[in-house]
This record gives sequence, structure tokens and C-alpha cells, in this order.
Amino acid sequence: MSTSAVGLRASRPAYALFVLPFVACYALLLLWPLAKGVWISFHDHDLLSNDSFWVGLANYQELWGDEVFHQVVWNTIRFVLISTPIFVVLSLMLALALNRQGKLATLLRATFFCASVFSVTLITLVWKLALMPERGLIAQFFSAMRLPELPLLTSDNLALLTVALVTVWWIIGLPMIMFLSALQQIPSDIYEAAALDNTPRWRVLTHITLPSLKRAIILVALIEVIRQFQVFPQIMLMTNGGPNNTTRSVVQFIYEQAFMQLSLGYATAASQVLLAIMLMGVSTQLWLERDRGGQR
Amino acid sequence: MAGLKLENVCKRYGAVQVIENLSLDVAEGEFVVFLGPSGCGKTSLLRMVAGLEEVSGGRILIGERDVTVAPPGQRNLAMVFQHYALYPHMSVRENLAFGLKNIGVPADEIARRITESARMLELDTLLDRKPGQLSGGQRQRVAIGRAVVKEPGIFLFDEPLSNLDAALRGRTRLELAQLHQRLGATMVFVTHDQIEAMTLATRIVVMKGGAIEQVATPAELYRRPATRFVASFIGTPGMGFVPVQRAPDDRGRAVVTVPGGHWLTTRVSTHGLASQGLVLGVRPENLRVAEQGPLRGRVELVEFLGERTLAHLKLEGGSPLIVTVPAGISPRLGSHVAVSVDVAEAHLFDESGRAHHAQESLA
Repeated sequence: MSTSAVGLRASRPAYALFVLPFVACYALLLLWPLAKGVWISFHDHDLLSNDSFWVGLANYQELWGDEVFHQVVWNTIRFVLISTPIFVVLSLMLALALNRQGKLATLLRATFFCASVFSVTLITLVWKLALMPERGLIAQFFSAMRLPELPLLTSDNLALLTVALVTVWWIIGLPMIMFLSALQQIPSDIYEAAALDNTPRWRVLTHITLPSLKRAIILVALIEVIRQFQVFPQIMLMTNGGPNNTTRSVVQFIYEQAFMQLSLGYATAASQVLLAIMLMGVSTQLWLERDRGGQR
Repeated sequence: MAGLKLENVCKRYGAVQVIENLSLDVAEGEFVVFLGPSGCGKTSLLRMVAGLEEVSGGRILIGERDVTVAPPGQRNLAMVFQHYALYPHMSVRENLAFGLKNIGVPADEIARRITESARMLELDTLLDRKPGQLSGGQRQRVAIGRAVVKEPGIFLFDEPLSNLDAALRGRTRLELAQLHQRLGATMVFVTHDQIEAMTLATRIVVMKGGAIEQVATPAELYRRPATRFVASFIGTPGMGFVPVQRAPDDRGRAVVTVPGGHWLTTRVSTHGLASQGLVLGVRPENLRVAEQGPLRGRVELVEFLGERTLAHLKLEGGSPLIVTVPAGISPRLGSHVAVSVDVAEAHLFDESGRAHHAQESLA
């Protein structure tokens, strides 16, 4: 064995220098705020006076009994439950439909992806105009069809669904691109083998394409669960949490507690609960990956 | 089991003509190999037979049935792909059963065929594994098994050995030959490897530039190549070519002047032979170092191969020539040697590349 080979295998403290920039940034920008957040959540921290005193688990106990917090957690879970399946199914369908060559498919792929690039302010402005009662595009469409007007943003039952659909419209392009990328990874000769095996189209989809996309489907679902649990700006701009708190999300609750009520300890406790939910999502991914690995 | 007939088959990609008016008959039970360099159209042709590429013109018949526009699954054939093309999420058993389930074969019949082919291909212990858990050779056997269980009229193989290492390639080649003997099925095999072609084929179709150069048995192809391209493509080391001049004939036999001015009386008939632009073609094993030989050259390189030695010569006219030397004799580098030609195995090629072979009647 050559000297250089030995050198490469040996562990030397100097090698740590190569990873130090990343570790430093990671610790400074992620670990430290995370630890600080946990620490603050055990305090009653007034942002205005900057007074802080230890309260232990009192903030968590208060969250446990806070009906508004229960409501926002439930709203957020409902939002995730509504938007994630639509994201997965719709983006998969779009990817399947647009996974072909040709100018039209290219144009449509670009169009769907373009919406994701626009800022949330622009998107919500456009949709608020479209959803405006009486004069909005949707209202006029219902009127033209002689249908009763739907109070999409003002109904307790429809507001969250409407925001979820707008969110899907806004960022469907990204999961679609991920599915397109996964679809293009499937070797074409597998489809040729399926054609020689006399496989009907539906069976190709269910027995070849979807199983080949299993990892991508899990990944997209997981990313969307994590992203949608953090839903905030579109709700803030479209409904401001209303009507009757039916669209208020956990992140909006945290924002309001921290920067409007100035109760930083309470807000960080709520954010730790959100973090716990995120970690459950990550754990689910790891569990699913472990299962997949075992099957191979 | 079925035969295959190609009638004036054409393939165009836009303005590019890849295959032009190609016709071929493959009899039932034949093992036909499409052989040629990259880009000669052999894979396109196989894919057209499989129905994976559209035919731009002509007809394809399998058995008596015209399948030119039939979908791949309805052509009564099975294909083994270069990269195996196994379904990665299915077990070996499911891979083998998938095509049969698609056409509604009863479960007990599927089980019987899988058991039989698994035994034949030594896949018994692998049936519950996924392709990702198999070695390259095992995957290739599964791919072959998937074709075997379908009991097709024709087996198609698209360079199935090219991803295997040398040892495994040799072994799989042998297994394919045994499989053909056992099943007696019609097989069409695409390769650019002449060893595979020579060892497996009952007939070889040599292709160049989208056209057939020659269709013949391996022995005929080797001994009587129809063109200079075939002569140069078949055989390792390749045939040596020496430009020659026509000299006065000898009782119907062509006599040529080789570089250096010596005469060589061949057994090639003068009938239809061009008067100029001829090239003498001889394989290394048909040349012998001999003091009175008409070809003279300098030894540039000596390759020791165990049972024989190859001497690379540079002839007086500058043409390279390889001569097989019996084991135990090693010509000295830089020395000048004379080489005699076994005229029974010497060919003349005209300017168009067409071969004129030695004839026994002129011995």
C-alpha cells in the first residue's frame, strides 16, 4: 500500500478544517437558534421590556389548554390533509401528461412551473381579485352560469379549501418537475419490455410507472407535508386567519404571539410543537425508506 | 416456432436513410446473427422486427402473418435486451410471470413454465429475489428466462452479452448455444462481436451502412467472404491486403505481380476479373515464412500468443501483413523474410470490393 493511500485512510485533525466552514454555519444558523428557541420556550419572555424569567413547562401547559391553538393546529392539519393529496395526485397527473416531446408539452411545462416563481404577494393579489364577491372573475362566472354565488373566502367551510386550492395552483410546478425528473429516470427499455409483454396501458401505469415512482411519490408527499405545515403568507394575505379563525395556521399563530402579543416564550413553545410535528414527518420518511430498503 | 421474412424493409429517420430495401428469410429453428459495426443498422432492424420501431417501407412476416404494423406484444416473439430491462420492483418470479398474466395464461400453467425455465436456467434459488439483488450474469439469465417462459415463435437478442465480463460472456454464450439446441427455436441475435456471431450462428448476416453485405454460414463467411469489408471484419487478426497488378494469365488462372515484382499464380478464375485495381487478400494462417515465397517484408513486431506467434511485416510496397508463425519459431525483429501464400485460400478483390475466390477446379 502506498504512503498516499495510508494518508487518505488515516484520520487527522487537520482534515476537520475542510468541514469546519459548513459545521460553523450549520451550528450558527441552525443549531444555535434551535437551542435558543427551546430555551426561550421555558421562559416568560416579554419582547417589549426584554424581561425574561423561567416558567418551566408553563407555556406548553398553556398551549395544551388554549382553544385557539387547538383550532390553528387543526386548521393546519386540515390544510395539509387537503393540499398534500391534491399536490401529489395532480402534479403526478400533470407530469405523466407532459412527459413527452413537443412544443405544446414544453410550453405547458414552463407555464405550470412559472407560477411557482411568482411571489406570494402577486399570487394572492391576483386570486383576491378573481375571488372578489360580485365583481370577481369567479363570481361573474357563477353569475353567467346562473349559479348561486359561492362565498369562497368568507365561508367558514370553504375558506380553507379555497386557500389550499390557490396554494396548489401557485406551487404545483415544483412537484410536477420532481415527478417529471423521476419519470425520465425510468429506463425506456422497461417500457419496451412491457410492450413486448403485451401490457395494457392501465397495467403499465399501475405495474411499471407507479412502482418505479414510489420513492419520488414519498419524497414529494413528505416535502409537501413539511411545506404545507408551515403555511402562512397566503393565509395572512388572503383571509388574515378568518373567517372565525377557520384559516388561521400555526405559523400565523406563532407570528401573532411573538410580534403582536410580544409573548416570545409562548410563541417559541408553539414553534417547538410545530417542530415536533415536522420531526414526525421526517421520521415517517425514514421509516418508509427503511421499509423500502428491506424489500430490496 | 416460426420463420421470419423481411421484404424490402426500409427505415428512415427524417431525411436519413438508415436501412434501404433490405430483404431476408430466416427459416424456422435458425440461429441468425446480425453482425456489423456500430451504426450499420442492425439494432434498428431488430427493433423493427420487434415492433419497437416503425417500418418506413416494406413488410415483415412472422410465420405466414404480416406483422409490419402489429403492436410488439402481438408478434409472437420475445426479446432479451442489452441492459436486461427487468422490472426492478418485481421479484424474479413476478418478472417471469408478468407477460403471461397479461395474456391470461392460467396460474397453474404459469407456475409450470416458470418452474421449467427456472430449472433450465438455474434460477430456482433466485425466484424470490429482486433484480437489484442479482449479479449481472444472473440478471441476464432472468431476462432470458422471461423470454423462454413466453414460448415465443422467435427469440430476439439485442447485444445481450455486451454488459458481461469476458469470463461470464463466454459462459453465457455457451448457455445460449445450448438453449438453442434444446428449444430448437428461431433466434435472431444482434452483435458487433464477431466471436459471438461465429460461435452462435447457423447463419450470419453481415451488415454495413444499412445494407446486407453477405448472408452465409460462419465457415463460408470466413473462407469465402463476398466483399473486402466482410473479409476485413471477420477474423482476428484480420485478413491481410496487398495491392497487386495483373500479369499474363496461366490457363485461366489469374497471375498477379506482388510488391517487389514477384509473380503469384492464384487459383482465381480470370473470368470477369478486372484488369487493374486488384488487391490480394490472405489470412495470416494461410501465409508461411518460406525462403522462396513471393512476398518479401521486414519484421516490425512479433506477438507471442502461446500456441502460435504473429509476425507483423511491412512489405516492400509498404503494405502491412500479418503472418502466423508456428510455436517455437520467433522471427527476429528487423529481419527480412520471404512469405509464401496458400493459393487455395487466397482471394482477389476488385476496386468495388467484390471478392473473387480461389476455385478447386483451377488447382
